[in-house]
Amino acid sequence: MDIPVRYGDYIDWDQLPHLWCPGCGNGIALKGVALALAELNIPLHKLLLATGIGCSGRAGNYVSFHSFDGTHGRTLAFCTGINVTQPDLKIIAFLGDGDCGAIGGNHLLHAARRNLNITVIEINNFNYAMTGGQFSPTTPLSSITSTSRKGKAEYAMDTASLVAEAGANYVASTTVYHTSQLNNFIKEALLTRGFSFVEVMSSCPTYYGRYNHIGDGPEMMKWFKEKTLPRDKYEKLSLEEKQNYIERGKLVQRNREDFLTTYKKRRKK
Amino acid sequence: MEKKKGKFPFIIEERLCKKCGICVSHCPAKVFTAGPGNEPRVTNPRKCTGCNLCFFRCPDFAIQLEVSP
Repeated sequence: MDIPVRYGDYIDWDQLPHLWCPGCGNGIALKGVALALAELNIPLHKLLLATGIGCSGRAGNYVSFHSFDGTHGRTLAFCTGINVTQPDLKIIAFLGDGDCGAIGGNHLLHAARRNLNITVIEINNFNYAMTGGQFSPTTPLSSITSTSRKGKAEYAMDTASLVAEAGANYVASTTVYHTSQLNNFIKEALLTRGFSFVEVMSSCPTYYGRYNHIGDGPEMMKWFKEKTLPRDKYEKLSLEEKQNYIERGKLVQRNREDFLTTYKKRRKK
Repeated sequence: MEKKKGKFPFIIEERLCKKCGICVSHCPAKVFTAGPGNEPRVTNPRKCTGCNLCFFRCPDFAIQLEVSP
């Protein structure tokens, strides 16, 4: 895959190095966003990066275009207002798994149901890494975290399927290891008019990797390679085997009208 | 950007590198070797196949194009 040379325009180089740990996947996802924006050649003044709280919430500091830091989980509620008042603005919400699955679950569902013109990049690192590695709704069953020392007893939430059911126009999930897939998905999500959602499973070597004896950054990347399967292969597995793997790939691509289009149609009647 | 086999097309900015070792262990052509402090060193630039995977997988924006962005 070729590199769009102007990707550096979207990164604030003076703010780097970033605060994320060595081997953390957040930087890979943010780079994926910058590469997709450079390839689509979207001007800086028509962009907004909205972030939530947590490790991924720092991403707004490292971009050179407008950024906005919302309260925990409520970023999509603010994005709704921004989208309605500034329809020309391309809104990218860079959220964590707590923002999407836990405290902001309701906002995510209803933003997807309304089909707002927002692109959501969910950084799913399977725990609350900034507060010390507590388990989150997306933590897989029987994982060790700082609040589940003997293994998590709850089943994990599949946010991608949830958003697809709620009515989003584009839903895909991938990992930071599969970078060409990641860059393609982010590009397609940005091109989609309506609600688009890309779940990026990211490595957290400091907490999730260490507690579950996966290892450091490179080992976690290898873990993603071995543990994830493309959606068509995953569907063929038996129910017991499915527990050992995580699916990745495109889930939904459809062409429903977005919120502002349907709203304007109703206003004209 | 045209692909040139046998030439490593990137620079590694030491200011940004956090020495996580992802580029060293995941390069398919083994272009890098880890130094004493786990920092990547380009020791086999001729083996580079131009797959750009080290660039995409670097989480710290340290592997950059030679044309400064």
